Amino acid sequence: MEIIDIQKEIIEEFAGLGEWMERYNYLIDLGKSLPLIDQTYRNDEYLIRGCQSRVWLNADLREGKIYYTADSDAIITKGIASLMIRIFTGHTPDEILNADLGFIDEIGLKEHLSPTRSNGLVSMINQMRYYAMAYKAKQQNL
Amino acid sequence: MNDFPIEQIRKDFPFLDQLVYGKPLAYLDNGATTQKPLRMIEAVNRLHREQNASIHRSVNFLSDKMTQAYEEARTTVQKFIGAPKSLQVIFTSGATGSINLVAFSIGEGILEPGDEIIISTMEHHSNIVPWQMVCERRGARLRIIPITDEGDLDMDAYRNLFSDRTRIVAVTHVSNVLGTINPVKEIVQIAHSHGVPVLLDGAQGVQHEPLNVVDLDCDFYVFSGHKIYGPTGIGILYGKEEWLERLPPYQGGGDMIDRVTFEKTTYNELPFKFEAGTTNFIGAIGLAESLNYLTGIGLDKILSYEHYLRDYTTQKLNGIRQLKMYGTSAEKAAIFSFVLEGIHPYDTGMIIDKFGVAVRTGTHCAMPLMQRFGIEGTLRASLCFYNTTDEVDRLHDALNTVIDLMA
Repeated sequence: MEIIDIQKEIIEEFAGLGEWMERYNYLIDLGKSLPLIDQTYRNDEYLIRGCQSRVWLNADLREGKIYYTADSDAIITKGIASLMIRIFTGHTPDEILNADLGFIDEIGLKEHLSPTRSNGLVSMINQMRYYAMAYKAKQQNL
Repeated sequence: MNDFPIEQIRKDFPFLDQLVYGKPLAYLDNGATTQKPLRMIEAVNRLHREQNASIHRSVNFLSDKMTQAYEEARTTVQKFIGAPKSLQVIFTSGATGSINLVAFSIGEGILEPGDEIIISTMEHHSNIVPWQMVCERRGARLRIIPITDEGDLDMDAYRNLFSDRTRIVAVTHVSNVLGTINPVKEIVQIAHSHGVPVLLDGAQGVQHEPLNVVDLDCDFYVFSGHKIYGPTGIGILYGKEEWLERLPPYQGGGDMIDRVTFEKTTYNELPFKFEAGTTNFIGAIGLAESLNYLTGIGLDKILSYEHYLRDYTTQKLNGIRQLKMYGTSAEKAAIFSFVLEGIHPYDTGMIIDKFGVAVRTGTHCAMPLMQRFGIEGTLRASLCFYNTTDEVDRLHDALNTVIDLMA
């Protein structure tokens, strides 16, 4: 599925949810079901420095596509990581770098994008894109 | 506590009467900043509208009037903290600015390589980093007072930290995380028995306890205006006269000079020696308004109501089985740091925010303290005299909702 279609799917899922409590509940459930990152990656090398909740992120390239895994010590942050992975994973570096992430606004997560919230969402998206850039550069050098 | 006029007091703070996410605001983040009484807001407004003219400079009616108001503000602060002379009250940008001033000037005027500075494990970064910076510059080193599991300073360890190289002790009056009210008088006595001066960080202390710097006998006392219901960007450094005379100036500029030539500048007298440039004079007068407001209510009344709130909150929060409190000293202010077992403080904070309950989450600018307890962060509810037991109940209920949601 294209990145844009996955976003539409997520927007539809959230549209079915009511107030913030249901949305948080949904993120919490997503967080709980996120496959954990391999323990070898849960260290400082893979840590994204957000101020308040820690996020660990890894990315592997297989057959031209990037596969992300992540973990966080805060469950709502983990739920958000799970959404981001669903959107980006299994796509090419170019698709990831060119993606417009309009869904964040649409599902009411915009408040998490403010740098002062310091929950790492902004850093998480940046780090996912850095991986895409790095793999793209690697592919071009081959 | 029926005699405390809480309803009238809440009316004095217009900020408190608002909705957040459609819910009445319960503002429990007073350790970060406090709200402002209408009287102060109006005074600052009026000064900007009608009386703004630079102090200590121009020969005009309004400048004289403003200068007079600024110096009256200094006297108000002097009386509020019990300082012998108004020249011992220096206006700064805040507690951080005051500590940086003392750290820099001690570094320039006193410190030699190998000298030692004593601070504690429970300090705010503002009372750690300026000392670390001066230590790096001068080749001095920090000695750290450990704390107990309850969050009290280990006074025996403190006594043993002194050496013939100790040059200053800098500790907090009240911990911004644990709420511990430190035995500052004893801390000062011990230091003085070694001939060492003491700086007290009163950022969380001055607003919750009637203060008398002569009785404490501290050499320096610092605090921020915005944490005592005053404007932001204004703060106080109190110092003993002999110390303020002895220390070299911190920043250079206008007002702090006596005579300037390109060869040599001589400095102004106290307090102006430490007030370079145009100070935040309207902030200073606003701060004095807030202090007068507090004095009008009566600090003893405020203190006893805050004790009542503290005891109520302690009992209420202790009723939550999954709640672990950090800071259980017998002597504490109404500051509560805690985590819900198995739930990240950030998750908890985000959810209770939606109930209109404002707290702070994270490390509270005290990372070494977090490391001491082996935690990533806490939630902190910090109360003051305009808070109510109803707001505490709402915090309590919101925390229970978090526990249900996360189960």
